[in-house]
Amino acid sequence: MSAVRIPPVLRASTGGAKNVEVDGATVGEVLDRLVATYPGLASQLLTPDGTLSSFVNVFLNDTDIRHLDALATPIGARDSLVLLPAMAGG
Amino acid sequence: MATQTLPPEIGRPSTADAESRPSMAMAGADRILGLRCRNCGTREALGAAYVCAACFGPLEVEYNLAAVAGLDRATIERRPPGIWRYLELLPVAEQPRRGLAVGSTPLVRADRLGPALGIAELWLKDDTRNPTLSFKDRAVAIAAERAREFGITTLGCASTGNLAGATAAAAAALGMPAYVFMPADLETVKIDHALAYGATVVPIDGTYDDVNRLCLEIADETGWGFVNINLRPFYAEGSKTLAFEIAESLGWQAPDVVVAPIASGAMFTKLAKGFRELADLGLIERTPIRFVGGQAAGCSPVATAWSRGTTVIEPVRAPTTFVRSLAIGNPADGRYSVELADASHGSIEAIPDEVTAAAIRQVAGLEGIYPETTGGVTLAAAEAARRRGIIREGDRVVALLTGNGLKTPDARTLGLAGGRAAPGEPGLAPVLRPGYASFEAWFEGNA
Ligand SMILES: Cc1ncc(COP(=O)(O)O)c(C=O)c1O
Ligand SMILES: [Zn+2]
Repeated sequence: MSAVRIPPVLRASTGGAKNVEVDGATVGEVLDRLVATYPGLASQLLTPDGTLSSFVNVFLNDTDIRHLDALATPIGARDSLVLLPAMAGG
Repeated sequence: MATQTLPPEIGRPSTADAESRPSMAMAGADRILGLRCRNCGTREALGAAYVCAACFGPLEVEYNLAAVAGLDRATIERRPPGIWRYLELLPVAEQPRRGLAVGSTPLVRADRLGPALGIAELWLKDDTRNPTLSFKDRAVAIAAERAREFGITTLGCASTGNLAGATAAAAAALGMPAYVFMPADLETVKIDHALAYGATVVPIDGTYDDVNRLCLEIADETGWGFVNINLRPFYAEGSKTLAFEIAESLGWQAPDVVVAPIASGAMFTKLAKGFRELADLGLIERTPIRFVGGQAAGCSPVATAWSRGTTVIEPVRAPTTFVRSLAIGNPADGRYSVELADASHGSIEAIPDEVTAAAIRQVAGLEGIYPETTGGVTLAAAEAARRRGIIREGDRVVALLTGNGLKTPDARTLGLAGGRAAPGEPGLAPVLRPGYASFEAWFEGNA
């Protein structure tokens, strides 16, 4: 199981849970199962055609998955995933 | 959603106003409607919220301009200098009683630099002269006042350098503690600057994007008011004051072309919003304005997307530029910046560091204005856009110099050959003994 950290703006869809444990071999699988478990997350995380919204940045152990293999990046049991809004700006 | 309950006075017209303050009857409650998602349009109550609960898109402040339709040029012109003369168009309930003197910086005609860049009518918006020497004072003034109105007691920021000093100084002036997070390897003057105001400065061993990611999490957990994160909808609006001042300085007209640097793209896009709102209120005529952006070639995700004709921004993982204030690899308003450049028939230029350094020396030497690296990027972008034909013969062009050269000392010598200056040459002469003979020997070329 990988740990997924849920930001406050998404916690309404996870029943208030801040950290959830999800199974999956890749980042994409983990996100799929996350949305399957908490269907309320779909509108926030996915575009209407089911791809990851560009307003969501996904970090695997603090690295943006776009710098790795994106959704195909392998993920292990001790890894942690953080979902954050794409809101970088100095 | 981290929305807070608002204290009852928020958004209500205030009763006690000094004579010189903008009238609160005009700046009353219904001119600010709340927050609205830029992506899906979902509305949200006013608060320290920045992400749409429906789609994760960015929230923006929504105004009811009809509520301030009576605002006219003469009213604004009678007010004291500074950003609050445009209060009706700013997302705060009222003009703060305390705070720094921000804005009303000069717009100067660059009659020597302009022709050198092939631009006959070039104006420089000199924001090297704000209280902490950059335009960030504008954004922070709005965010800090909103923080106070929301009952937030600690300010924070994730900084590429200039925001650090701006946040620390504003917090000092308001008597609030500040936490400033920045990449550990930034210019030491920028770190010292923030320290001087008594902020807690937290250096992070990483890029700006690492700092920003960390601060997103800290903002969520602490409830501190991070000016550029959970106060971002308000912060971003502060940059509109650049547009307001430019238009007022030009006799209530918009220029043909605006050239500005892009990091996150917040300022670039809000400039356009500022001019649009002036036109909406009839304070200026609605004329087409081309927006030209500049980025450093060593971190140019927005310029790259623009040149490829896409709004999809590929983040830059490891910026390689000495333009630290623009080194954001993952810019929040990148896509909107590309859209603005495209829709306005502008461009977004990527400038190599050597060209940036030379452009700083050029404007300093020809106009006596010394901008930081972002200013070099901006002027080089203006020249590039002129070569491309985006800037045309006869255009009135305004270039924004958004930070002071004293913040980026490395730029002074980049690309220059070493060695000592001969008499009459720009540069550092050798150290002379304090006797006239020593001076004479050097001056006559016999040193
Ligand atoms: C001096 C200066 N100019 C321009 C910018 C770009 O601002 P923005 O993030 O709004 O694009 C910055 C950002 O830090 C800056 O410090
Ligand atoms: Zn939305």
